[in-house]
Amino acid sequence: MSQLILTQHDKVLLITLNRPEARNALDNATLQQLAEALEAAANDASITACVITGNTRFFAAGADLREMAEKDLPATFNDLRPQLWARLNTFPKPLVAAVNGYALGAGCELVLLCDLAVAGENAQFGLPEIKLGIIPGAGGTQRLIRCVGKALASRMILSGESIGAQTALQAGLISDIYPDELCVDYTLALAKTLSRHAPLALQAAKQSLRQAQEVPLQAGLIQERQLFTLLAATADREEGIAAFLEKRPAHYRGC
Amino acid sequence: METLLCEVTRGVMTLTLNRPDRLNSFNVALHQALAKRLTQAEQDDSIRCVVITGAGRGFCAGQDLNDRNVDPNGPAPDLGESVETLYNPLVKRLAALRKPVIAAVNGVAAGAGATLALGCDIVIASRQASFVMAFSRLGLVPDSGGTWLLPRLAGRARAAGLALLGGKLSAEQAEAWGLIWQVVDDSEFSATVEQLAQHLATQPTYGLGLIKQALRAAETNTLAQQLDVERDFQRLAGRSRDYREGVSAFLAKRPPQFTGK
Repeated sequence: MSQLILTQHDKVLLITLNRPEARNALDNATLQQLAEALEAAANDASITACVITGNTRFFAAGADLREMAEKDLPATFNDLRPQLWARLNTFPKPLVAAVNGYALGAGCELVLLCDLAVAGENAQFGLPEIKLGIIPGAGGTQRLIRCVGKALASRMILSGESIGAQTALQAGLISDIYPDELCVDYTLALAKTLSRHAPLALQAAKQSLRQAQEVPLQAGLIQERQLFTLLAATADREEGIAAFLEKRPAHYRGC
Repeated sequence: METLLCEVTRGVMTLTLNRPDRLNSFNVALHQALAKRLTQAEQDDSIRCVVITGAGRGFCAGQDLNDRNVDPNGPAPDLGESVETLYNPLVKRLAALRKPVIAAVNGVAAGAGATLALGCDIVIASRQASFVMAFSRLGLVPDSGGTWLLPRLAGRARAAGLALLGGKLSAEQAEAWGLIWQVVDDSEFSATVEQLAQHLATQPTYGLGLIKQALRAAETNTLAQQLDVERDFQRLAGRSRDYREGVSAFLAKRPPQFTGK
């Protein structure tokens, strides 16, 4: 049974996590389906960007604790989950999280994995793993500190206390706050704005932004310039600049 | 005797603070009873207006000082705790409640009783009622939103006078200063409150809730931010059933039948 609802809106794929009975907990099956959906979208030229959302009360309230509890040390060592997360991370197109309600634990880590996150007014973000005698295991301690800084990341991870949308916005975890009921609509509108740009430029920009987290500045600048140079060979660059100079909308073809 | 009376009639929940021998001052039991009723008001769609009033000659004298067992020779009490756990949640819930809340101030409203009343959406006072910022006379600070509300309602000069001097403000003066909506003669007080509450309970409750939220947001927003809030809320309101009903009723020249959704 599918735990995701997929709908396409122009060039944007909307992925809705749909396990309301489990507060959208991200068990292995859900992560697997998510990875498959993103891999299909990566190879689908009609899709330029993806939005992930949950329901009005829960984006995703964590991992599946029963599934986790069953695993002892050897089973945890050989867990498939890190590979599933790695597959999500290879999605090359813009990935946007639209968060209503709770994004906790693995749910928060999924938000952190996305390129861009926006939230409804009542969204809550937290990494409560510490309260269970564990720690975040899917990027929480690494990605959070890179986006909100040491003080808030340490506070959240060591206390397990969550933060509201307003704090998340101020700290740089999300880029926008919308009224809850309009959050998905507005995120789709934002994703549609992105998806009107040249697909290859979006991918190159995403790749360059990601490298900024991983390599020293000088190396990042060199890689940025290489990606910049690569785009010079695309038809869409010619179209983009010509359309601007001729004061007309650009028609990109993804090549 | 129950510390809080609750009556729900035709969409109106009337909550009567009922400790008349102690001027309806707050103790923990009254807070708990009020919290329970507000949960009901939040969850029950058939309740479309809340009225808060007092039994007997007073509205509410704020915190019951007897309830705090203040021992002048004992260690200093943590007043912040009851503010944090009892008064602040109450003020926030009344502000966040997506339905209109009327304070029907039938008599003296003092301390937190006064600031609570002033924080309601519509304040009606009987001519004998008064508002007393009693905090400063005990060495305390106006709580339950007092220091936030007073400058917004009365302006800085009057807010400072009220809060620092702790004097009594008559209902008529409160109306003249724009702190409250209306003063009504004692003989017409309950009929006026009932009429107003009944009116609100038949209005587009969802839209009224959005108006409350928008006014609240305006307290901290810039014009540009508030224009965005208005756009967003208008989008939400435009999706409501009551908006469609309002338009069809207008076009058909008949009275609208709002359901609050």
